[in-house]
Amino acid sequence: MAAEGNAIDALSQFALTPVLGPVGRAIGFSQSNLHMVIVAGLIIALLTYGMRARAVIPGRLQATAEMLYEFVRNLVVGQVGEEGKRFFPFVFTLFTFVLFGNMFGLLPYAFTFTSHIAVTFALAAIVFVLITVVGLAIHGKHWFSYFFPEGAPIVLAPLIIPIEIISYLSRPVSLSVRLFANMVAGHVMLKVFATFVVMLGSAGALGIAGSTAPLAINIALVGFEVLVAFLQAYVFAILTSIYLHDAVHLH
Amino acid sequence: MAEQDNFEDRLRQARARQGLDIAPEKRDGKPTSPYGVGFRAGVEVVSALIVGIALGAILDRWLGTWPWLFLVFFLMGGVAGVLNVYRLFSPRGGAKPR
Repeated sequence: MAAEGNAIDALSQFALTPVLGPVGRAIGFSQSNLHMVIVAGLIIALLTYGMRARAVIPGRLQATAEMLYEFVRNLVVGQVGEEGKRFFPFVFTLFTFVLFGNMFGLLPYAFTFTSHIAVTFALAAIVFVLITVVGLAIHGKHWFSYFFPEGAPIVLAPLIIPIEIISYLSRPVSLSVRLFANMVAGHVMLKVFATFVVMLGSAGALGIAGSTAPLAINIALVGFEVLVAFLQAYVFAILTSIYLHDAVHLH
Repeated sequence: MAEQDNFEDRLRQARARQGLDIAPEKRDGKPTSPYGVGFRAGVEVVSALIVGIALGAILDRWLGTWPWLFLVFFLMGGVAGVLNVYRLFSPRGGAKPR
């Protein structure tokens, strides 16, 4: 599908198409939404079936569920502190949703919903609203001192306050752009090198020999993408925790 | 429970010996590879610029002062981007806000 007419078409993989026939068309239910539902189902299945046994010596599924739980718990408590435990369900949901979305999107024929800025920005906007509401709820009016550090000369206030506000508002933008750009870049590279394999492979015996080079690159890229998929979910979760730390402790 | 504690101890030592545990000081979300450093810093600057430009343009449209607030907030967005990058690499906690 990518090498038709000798053109590299690396972006059509991100196009949204309605699924589930006329019902999906009527309510705008695309394959992106379908993958979100599948991923949410996979996470729930892992946690419910994994923890069904409740064995002292865990099986494979239970060990996976427990490792996931403890990993996120250590991350949240390590960044926010003991009082950050109440934010654990939120960060756990975010982390597993992004991680499973990234990983599931690497499978053939699967769609990566984290490669759409609309999805990642919606997630980042939820984080942004939460950290602002938590900060205001805990500190009240004192929260606004966040935008003007103590001890700074009052003359500089017209300069410092807008810069701090821009810096604060840029958090959801950088959070969403980072995840979205990483996923898009990875999938475009995979598609481009896969297209090279097909193009070279259709050019006779010499071409088939030559097509092993992009194939080798693609194999390395898939491994790299697995790393990126985990790393970006981790970065998303840890930055959320850092922002929550700021909201709870003000600096 | 003494035996279990002992096991946890031995397991921790074995994991440390094999280098399976990520060193605690590395686990603060900071990029480690040169590619990661460049990408993170770039995203921080660009996102602050986007916010600055958008804020300036919206205020200009509201107050009808195009293009003056846009120019001011463009510069401030750049400053905020540099501030973001500085905070990305300055140590957290203590007196420095993060």
